[in-house]
Amino acid sequence: MNRPRIRWHIAVFLAPAVLVYTTIMILPLFNTLRLALYSRIDQERIFVGLQNFMTLFGDPVWADQFWNALGNNVWFFVIHMLVQNPIGIALAAMLSHHKLRFAALYRSAIFIPTILSFVIVGFAWKLILSPIWGIAPTMLGSVGLGFLYQPWLGKEEYALTTLSLISVWQFVGIPMMLIYAALLTIPEEILEAGEIDGITGMTAFWKIKLPLILPSIGIISILTFVGNFNAFDLIYASQGALAGPDFSTDILGTFFYRTFFGFQLQLGDPHMGAAVASAMFAIILVGVCVYLFGIQTRLRRYQL
Amino acid sequence: MKLRTLGIALASTALMTTAAMAEDVTLTIESWRTDDLTLWQDKIIPAFEKDNPGIKVVFSPTAPTEYNAALNSKLEAGSAGDLITCRPFDASLALYEAGHLAALDDMDAMSNFSDVAKSAWQTDDASASFCVPMASVIHGFIYNKDAFDELGLEVPTTEAEFFAVLDKIKDDGSYIPMAMGTNDQWEAATMGYNNIGPNYWKGEEGRLALIKGEQKLTDEQWVAPYATLAKWQPYLGFGYEAQTYPDSQNLFTLGRAAIYPAGSWEIAGFNTQADFEMGAFKAPVKADGDTCYISDHTDIGIGLNAASPNADAAKTFLAWVASPEFASIFGNALPGFFPLSKTPVELEDPLAKEFASWRGECESTIRSTYQILSRGTPNLENETWGASVAAIKGTETPEALGAKLQEGLSSWYAPHQ
Repeated sequence: MNRPRIRWHIAVFLAPAVLVYTTIMILPLFNTLRLALYSRIDQERIFVGLQNFMTLFGDPVWADQFWNALGNNVWFFVIHMLVQNPIGIALAAMLSHHKLRFAALYRSAIFIPTILSFVIVGFAWKLILSPIWGIAPTMLGSVGLGFLYQPWLGKEEYALTTLSLISVWQFVGIPMMLIYAALLTIPEEILEAGEIDGITGMTAFWKIKLPLILPSIGIISILTFVGNFNAFDLIYASQGALAGPDFSTDILGTFFYRTFFGFQLQLGDPHMGAAVASAMFAIILVGVCVYLFGIQTRLRRYQL
Repeated sequence: MKLRTLGIALASTALMTTAAMAEDVTLTIESWRTDDLTLWQDKIIPAFEKDNPGIKVVFSPTAPTEYNAALNSKLEAGSAGDLITCRPFDASLALYEAGHLAALDDMDAMSNFSDVAKSAWQTDDASASFCVPMASVIHGFIYNKDAFDELGLEVPTTEAEFFAVLDKIKDDGSYIPMAMGTNDQWEAATMGYNNIGPNYWKGEEGRLALIKGEQKLTDEQWVAPYATLAKWQPYLGFGYEAQTYPDSQNLFTLGRAAIYPAGSWEIAGFNTQADFEMGAFKAPVKADGDTCYISDHTDIGIGLNAASPNADAAKTFLAWVASPEFASIFGNALPGFFPLSKTPVELEDPLAKEFASWRGECESTIRSTYQILSRGTPNLENETWGASVAAIKGTETPEALGAKLQEGLSSWYAPHQ
């Protein structure tokens, strides 16, 4: 009888990736989760079990901030799903139209903001929208719509939506590129076959192309979800760690930052910070699982 | 014989080595004052090194927003510099309690400072001091003298005069009456609430009573400043809700606004930016002849890293920082940062002189939220930012704001429970 050979080469080839990934991703992740179970009392680190989470969800001061941040984060995500992804798909559909001239130019122009730093985007938009030096009030005024101008970033009711739209402006290139790539893989024959059956123009898009790119849209949704719930940079760069006005733009990332690193007179608390980070991790994990098991398995895939 | 020569030889080598080592002592200063790098390199450090051969000093600042976090990690890792620039109150107290800052009570030079000056860097019971006080900042209002002359305005001393001046500027229309925005939030609290407030809560008297729990944030003297802030709104520029701190600075230095609610740290920057004459007035009092109170806030100190291998040299430096010589160099090179030593320093800058002169006329106090009261969650300082903005915008009544702050404070602070 032949003993099954141990296939050492598999382990050897896997080792580098597993080692690197474990040391720089998995260990820190579990260490963060562990950190959330401790607290520092009189210079001693003490195991406190789930007490940090009880504070986070039970103490009205913490709970209010957490739910406010989560609510804002959901709104931030909703705007991206409702604005960024449909616009991205529409742009991709237009770009893939063979009669469009200068497609490459548009493609690059729309994609460029994605590679800009958050700091630049935040600063540039703050200047554009500034009531004092900005071009927004003047531009609106010159077409007779000056009364529409508001200091959007400074008003509780508009600030978060404005920042979400700025983020949409910055990242609309990502769904556009992914969908564009997916559209290019659709074979001409299928579209021609549809044409013979009388399906052309918009109908072709809805009936043929859209079902074929649904898996890509799913991937984009999940990327948007993870990106939005981890977002921090844009809010921090334009509104600061206190996410003003009156915490109306506070999302989980900025809430975590204030808790972990402290702010002004508030001292940082790594243990509560780790608890917030763990909660963020749980939210993202649940979201991704819902998508993977609830949606992706039911998506119909077509063999092209 | 041979042995003795060897012994002498060895001893002299040892001596020479120590001498060489003594020459090599280099002190590194951790600081968040990146703006002051050239000042330290060109003026302060050469002045010290001239009198203290054998000690070299390196000033190594980190960006202000990253300073606390960076310093903490360096101290934990044991790679921090010998001298630590101290933030006031709890941030430094935490470092002392964690054993990172050394106690400095045995230094003679500490007697050069008043108790208020030292209070920012002491334990709560004032039993140990751990940083040498360096400088304070004073709050007030800076105004555009040319604009005041043009409109025929007098510097206001009472609140009624203050609002009358604002009304006149507003009616004239060529200047924004007051340059302040609420976008960054802290100006409303620091240059608003804590600027005008001490006149209401009578400076130290009210501040200490609040810490002891004898007064509450719902008391008239703590709520009334919010009511006054609410009256500021019509005098702020268009779109003040989205106006940032640099926006306000630029509006004023470009000559588009007449009055700027200020901290004295602005002086150096304004002197280079503005091409008109500036003056300053202190927070207006209720009625003519009332005692005035100013916010003279302890802001910068410098302490000794407990793990420093060069503690003796570092103490020499700290003693020098406490001397009148340092105070004079520092106070004049950085107008607006006022030395805290008891010996008065002759200031040259007229605007800084104006600010410093109030110390003689008024009672000094520090910002009400800084000592002890911002230790818990919710953080009173951060809450005060939000409350001051809400007062100016008129989104909540002063009474509601006082009640909310009091509720937050009494949720964790025993003397208020």
